[in-house]
Amino acid sequence: MSRDSIKSPAATLASNLNSSTGQTGKPLTITTLVSVGQHPKSGRARVADQDAKALELALSLSAGKGTAAVGKGEAGAGKSQINLIHAGTATAEQQLVLRGYLGMGVGQMRVLKQSDGADVIPVLVDAVRKSGSDVVLTGSRAEAGEGSGMTPYLVAQSLGWPMVPAAVEITAVGSGEFEILQALPRGQRRLLKVRAPFVASIDAAAAEARQTAWAAGQRGALEHMTLSSNDDAVLAEAAVEPARKRPKRIARAKKAKTAADRFKAATAKSASKGGAVLVKESAEEKAEAIYQMLLSQGVLKAR
Amino acid sequence: MSDVIRKDPRKNWILRNRLHPLHEQVVAEMNGPAAVVRGPSGLIRKNPHAVGFIGPNGIKRIDRLGGSGSAAASAKREQQEEQLPIIAIEQPQSYVVVVVDAANGELSAHDRDVLGQARLLADGRAENTAVVALVFGALKAALGEAANPDHAFGLAGADRVMLFDDECYAGFAPEQQLEAMLAVDRQLSPVNWLFPDTHLSGNDRALRLAARLGERPAMHAWQIKDGKVTSRGGSEMTDITRDLAAATAPRILALASECALPVDEARYEARLLPLPSVPNAMVRIKDAGAVAVDPNQIAMGEAEFILSAGNGIHDWDQFHATAAALGATEGASRVAVDNGFMPRFRQVGATGTWVTARVYIAVGISGAVQHLQGIGSCEKVIAINTDAGCDMVKRADLSVIGDSQEILAALKARAEQGAVAVSEPQQGKADGESNHNVA
Repeated sequence: MSRDSIKSPAATLASNLNSSTGQTGKPLTITTLVSVGQHPKSGRARVADQDAKALELALSLSAGKGTAAVGKGEAGAGKSQINLIHAGTATAEQQLVLRGYLGMGVGQMRVLKQSDGADVIPVLVDAVRKSGSDVVLTGSRAEAGEGSGMTPYLVAQSLGWPMVPAAVEITAVGSGEFEILQALPRGQRRLLKVRAPFVASIDAAAAEARQTAWAAGQRGALEHMTLSSNDDAVLAEAAVEPARKRPKRIARAKKAKTAADRFKAATAKSASKGGAVLVKESAEEKAEAIYQMLLSQGVLKAR
Repeated sequence: MSDVIRKDPRKNWILRNRLHPLHEQVVAEMNGPAAVVRGPSGLIRKNPHAVGFIGPNGIKRIDRLGGSGSAAASAKREQQEEQLPIIAIEQPQSYVVVVVDAANGELSAHDRDVLGQARLLADGRAENTAVVALVFGALKAALGEAANPDHAFGLAGADRVMLFDDECYAGFAPEQQLEAMLAVDRQLSPVNWLFPDTHLSGNDRALRLAARLGERPAMHAWQIKDGKVTSRGGSEMTDITRDLAAATAPRILALASECALPVDEARYEARLLPLPSVPNAMVRIKDAGAVAVDPNQIAMGEAEFILSAGNGIHDWDQFHATAAALGATEGASRVAVDNGFMPRFRQVGATGTWVTARVYIAVGISGAVQHLQGIGSCEKVIAINTDAGCDMVKRADLSVIGDSQEILAALKARAEQGAVAVSEPQQGKADGESNHNVA
């Protein structure tokens, strides 16, 4: 932990003056906003799943196709640079978790220290603006706290950049243009085209994050920066308590006026009554019946 | 002539003899339809044969409740069902807007729940409040210009409908849709914006609108009760409750499914509202269409269409070829996995994956309880089996009894023939990577 260095904002600004804007030939700057996650069962602090996937996507985007080389976060000539930014309380325990991101192969992370319960959006927007990024990647929803999923949208709104939700793959196609594969429900994918700069949130269906190396995480530098905090008045007013189990919806008869009707509705079996049975038809006729059903359900896609 | 009641002994004799060919005729003549007649001595006689009616099974039924029994009651109830009252809100002073998903142009169960919640919010307000359903994309059943209480929207509780069905709103067009929502916000200034909390449609729209308007939404809300909204926090571990009457109350709400009961007590007008003029958005995210996905790369749990194999499969190459021809994700029963024909992660059932496919074809699977549990949430099940009495046939919506090898061969041939017939008109368009077929 003694390696933590504090960079002055002026130095950061100066280093960004000659950073790229996503034009051809210039190196790409990818910023990943990461948070401290929470295990869904034990509640222990951990590397947030989607944020780690976002960093994985950033690393593979910076490495380009085919190369598995891991960037050290330094802007080499023609090589893309990865900025890691975290804003939060950054207690000693949380710093251990943050080093998990560094262990994925990034040299340093900027940690913007905030007071407990602060609204981190203004400082994040400020940091992203100063970093001169072309691409900003985040998870879609925080694992701890409110978890509303607003962060990428607010950052994009403040910067005036387009926001692409649920990305699973990003490929640079040149001249600042990117192709983004978006995850749709039921495992389907959609292709989107967008120009840098943009913000993208990562879907849970994206490629699994690489393993984090402990030693590399310890070697990496956390650049601390204590910034003035903006109090989150809305969340302070809200009552936060452990989640209650949602009540199950009871099946209800549409117009149950008598007790017998209500009883029947509550105890009715939901299983289907058994459909058509084809026995004597020829194999072709049976296949046709199945095919017609598949067509009517719309699961057959013209290929 | 005289008031003396005279007997006809022959007719009386026929009346007593139910097998007499003239019996019916004489009964009708003497007793008429009435079950109660004056006897020859002037006493009241009840004819037990004229009481009651012949039931649907040919058995005589006597209704001793005098028409106030269940049959009459249910008939009355059916009549009521047909005539749900129409509730019209003529001059609304405020609005609650629901942006429904209406994927495929039809309201989903989730949409109906959110409309039900909107109804509760609107009806709980002191002033006249109308529920406006906002739809992006065309509807399957068209709405007329006048009131449409019998349309799905009217039955779901929408007073007004705004239909943005232009070309520019189709597909993934979040920027143009946001412009439309902002225009509606300026025109109606709704008290609440409600969205179904669905991946990439309701959720995305709610977040975009909230970010643009600079408001704090209540996302993943699952209950609105006593003027308070409760939403789930990160990792589903906390409940965050906010007061809807407070100054910082959320105006934009993304509601989970089953947040409220859908409307079923009344019909509403579902009148089309004129659309506000929407400025053209700067489109920076271009939708290049759906991408073909290898069905076997889709996780079993979320696959839409599964072809599953069991003990009844003997030709495994044919099974794989059929799955490929249909574009189905492959599944298997425990037996097929134990025998080593399919990998373990393809197993469907209690010990394998609980699938949510819309269409599930079970080939040669008799339907063990554990397997039927695993396909519990499948919408349509098709069984191909040699045994017509097996449990899978009882569960299935369509059962085909016969040799699986023959039927799969015919199905594969039909699918290949159909695929050719369908894909022909697209040949001219699909000339490169840039033209993906839009789903």
